[in-house]
Amino acid sequence: MKGFAPILVVLALLATVPLITSSNVVLNFMVMALLIALVGQGWNLLGGYGGQYSFGHASFFGTGAYVTGILQMRYGVNAWAGFIIGIAAGALVGAVIGALSFRSGLKGSYFALVTLAFAEVLRIVASVAPITGAGVGTLIKLDLRSEAFQFQSRAPFYWIVLGMVGVSLILTRMIEDSRFGAYLVAVRENEDAARALGVDATIVKLCAMTISAAITAAAGCFYAQYYLFIDAGIAYGPWISIEGLLAPIIGGIGTVFGPLLGALVVKTLGELTKLVTGGAPGLDLVIYGSVLIVVVAFAPRGIAGIFVDLRRRLSGTRGRSRD
Amino acid sequence: MSRQFSAVNRRRLLLSTAAGVAGLLHAPALRAQGAPVKVGVLHPVSGALSYSGQQGRIGAQLAIEEINAAGGIKALGGAKIEAVLGDAQSTPEGGNAEVEKMNGAGVAAVVGGYASGICLAASQTAARYDLPYIVDVGVVDSIVSRGLKNTFRFGPGFGVIAKTAIDNLVTLNEQANMAAKTVMIVHEDSAFGAGLAKLLNTQLPERGFQVLETIPHPTPTRDFNNVALKIKAQNPDIVIPANYYNEYVLLARTMQQQRIRPKGIYSVLGGAASSYKFVKEFPEAAQYIMDCNHWFDPKNPKALALKKKIEDKGEFYTYEVYMNYSCILLLADALERAGSADRAKIISAMENSTFTGHVMPYGPTKFVNGQNQGAAPVNTQVIDKDIQVIFPAAFASAKAVFPMPPA
Amino acid sequence: MLSPVILVPAVLNGLMTGAVYALIALGLTLIYGVLHIINFAHGALLTAAMFAAFFAYQWLGIDPYLAAIGLTPLFFLLGYGLQRFVIGPAAHGEDRNILLVTLGLAVVIENALLYAFRADTRTINLPYAFNVIEVGTAFLAVPRVIAFGVVIAVALALWLIMRFTYTGKAIRAVAKEKLGAELSGIDVAHIYAVTFGLGTACLAIAACLLMPTYYVNPGAGNAFVLIAFTIVVLGGMGSVTGALVGGLFVGVVESLSGLYLGESLGQIGIFVMFILVLLFRPSGLFGERA
Repeated sequence: MKGFAPILVVLALLATVPLITSSNVVLNFMVMALLIALVGQGWNLLGGYGGQYSFGHASFFGTGAYVTGILQMRYGVNAWAGFIIGIAAGALVGAVIGALSFRSGLKGSYFALVTLAFAEVLRIVASVAPITGAGVGTLIKLDLRSEAFQFQSRAPFYWIVLGMVGVSLILTRMIEDSRFGAYLVAVRENEDAARALGVDATIVKLCAMTISAAITAAAGCFYAQYYLFIDAGIAYGPWISIEGLLAPIIGGIGTVFGPLLGALVVKTLGELTKLVTGGAPGLDLVIYGSVLIVVVAFAPRGIAGIFVDLRRRLSGTRGRSRD
Repeated sequence: MSRQFSAVNRRRLLLSTAAGVAGLLHAPALRAQGAPVKVGVLHPVSGALSYSGQQGRIGAQLAIEEINAAGGIKALGGAKIEAVLGDAQSTPEGGNAEVEKMNGAGVAAVVGGYASGICLAASQTAARYDLPYIVDVGVVDSIVSRGLKNTFRFGPGFGVIAKTAIDNLVTLNEQANMAAKTVMIVHEDSAFGAGLAKLLNTQLPERGFQVLETIPHPTPTRDFNNVALKIKAQNPDIVIPANYYNEYVLLARTMQQQRIRPKGIYSVLGGAASSYKFVKEFPEAAQYIMDCNHWFDPKNPKALALKKKIEDKGEFYTYEVYMNYSCILLLADALERAGSADRAKIISAMENSTFTGHVMPYGPTKFVNGQNQGAAPVNTQVIDKDIQVIFPAAFASAKAVFPMPPA
Repeated sequence: MLSPVILVPAVLNGLMTGAVYALIALGLTLIYGVLHIINFAHGALLTAAMFAAFFAYQWLGIDPYLAAIGLTPLFFLLGYGLQRFVIGPAAHGEDRNILLVTLGLAVVIENALLYAFRADTRTINLPYAFNVIEVGTAFLAVPRVIAFGVVIAVALALWLIMRFTYTGKAIRAVAKEKLGAELSGIDVAHIYAVTFGLGTACLAIAACLLMPTYYVNPGAGNAFVLIAFTIVVLGGMGSVTGALVGGLFVGVVESLSGLYLGESLGQIGIFVMFILVLLFRPSGLFGERA
């Protein structure tokens, strides 16, 4: 899909949600889905376009969340300033981890595992360090004013996270169309060949990782403002790393809309299974996991992949698809 | 039953119908007659905290059953309580989403949460809708210090628990002629353990104890042998554990294996120290362990009746059960006094609540800034495969055994 | 803290704990080394095995060490079946799909256990579980000493299988060069399944070794997964010797860092080591150059 038009259309449609429904259940659901989509967008840049699968995106999420929380609570920094600084901090962490990993030539599973290890280290440190509140966590004071990045109604939160997702969509499209994007895909497809052609693979991967980290850190900052409470397990725990990669892979890896699609599908699935099974603990997740396996079995290139295949089949071409 | 339509009865019938109709016109409250009152019951029944969540839910559901069987909420014309169950999935986001759904379903109030993190998020969400939220267990002090009018905590918070624990430890020590001087604290490293350890570390030295070392550990911890080694090496008089069930069991078993026998094991909010499950499964390791924890009033017949009911079902009578049971009864009382399912009226009713129909050793409820003032933990000790209350004297069922006799 | 009174027992403890870690890692390293997949379901499968060991004791009165004899082939078949009929077909050979499938499996298994057996923690109380062997100042719990011995034996057995049996050689061939192995007539799908089966069989044994001193609930196995990954990387993916030595080493490191840094911060020792190995010697101690 070329151009920015589809992105703007989708954003416009989504923006009307708070106007159509006043149900906070729906709004809350959508906010969470968009939050996961945002983390997924970050992951997708590095993993989908760059081919470097990270299992530790929690490192950036948590850094964003903690930095903005700590700045507000311990240093009286304004919430919006904290937000920006949190994103910068996350990007910095991404750059450091990326530099260490890529300079050592880590790829594939090794890279995945090292990112996992970094996230764990951060989690452990956060659980004992006094500045994060250690085990007790960081509680952001309830202060329902827009200057404090908190709102009485859910709708402003929704539009903000939608805006963030929108920015990431546009950014992804721009990268896709740019020379940097071409280098990135080249590195993904065949790193050695790319190097032979003069692409500095390490720098390319590093840039991708930094941008990816920034996007995910933004999601972390938002989480902190929305829930007002974080601890080491929430900020740096594996849950967000996993949700962050689940969405793009299900939705369509290496595509602009993949993470958004995937997040909506995955979250909806979670809700549906809960509805179907009622109160029995665990049963809803059994169904959820089974559906996951089935989806992978029948849609190996994700949901966006289904669309691509459909289009190819309908148009009757057998040529290579722009994937 | 046949009706004899004598003239007298017919007149009576006419009169009562007329009165009834007049009543309907003049008493709007009767319009809600019979319509059930929905109450949100929120617990982490899946995920890491599932056992506690499931126990909490059982307690709440039993209370609701009993209330309904006894005729429902009389002030609302016998309206039954209808539980809207929610699974917080052991995360704050989960709790948050469930509260939104409960609000959408039109609940009059929400009870539960269990874990501090979940309670913080859920009560905050509830506050947006001025939805009354009764915290069942969550102990961090910040739950009631955010100035939220809708949040009420029935049980004690950290501050009270730590203070009571230390006061009772001092008393215990005095009664044993100051047998103990040195202490080691082993705590889990999240909100509850870390917060508690901090308080203990400030207050214990002030009361004449020397803290040899404070050892944090993660949940889960796979192995306590090193912790046991340190305890063995420094030989404290008293070991103070503060952790969840599984880790507590591992620690106690490891200490038994390593033949470590301090003068006393004095747990504060111990995961297993006052658990019938632990006592049943590990009677030797459990013997003489003391705990300062949530506990029911052993002299209250209602509490004992509930215990029997739970044990007949094959479950263990754990604190999540009776605390949630009490919270539901507390809410029912508020509903009765409010005479309405209106949220604001329930909040006012809670604010001036003086409820005594619960099963905890708290006395009548009195909420200041959402915290029940009478709430406090009690001290228990495992003696001969049963759990006895040793402090305070008003609720005690046995005398403390301290120091621990040699093995 | 440096006194040998504490140090020696800590090291011995670390070795015994490390042995069990090593066994869990053995399964993982085989699966990784041959199938090149990071098995997300490893923790959940361990939990399932622990439940099996628990019920063998609870319902049939079988001591866990004896139960291992029956559970090992059972779990071998389970693993074989999973790989052959679920993971293999669903993944279409794509790495990321395998990742998702094993992730889905983990969710299914863990929650099926939760649904079936509830969340209560279960433990076994064996009469001899508290017996200790005194070695100097160290009190070594009997079940853990037994575990140490069994793990060495299993590692040896696996090494012999890999070295000298036809299946073992086929496994090594597939690990090294899948296409070539296929061309020389090896049924790759079968070998993949056998390897996965061996991995789960290791878990079954590990579960039986753990139950006398540990506990089980639907989330219990997850606590061992990250450490198992660390050992796999440290020892070299696919190396049996590496998993054993790596496991023992990690056990001792965990024990000592726990001693000096406290249990919470001490966990960092493992991950820092993990990161250092990955950055400077990703092929691990015994693995082949990546």
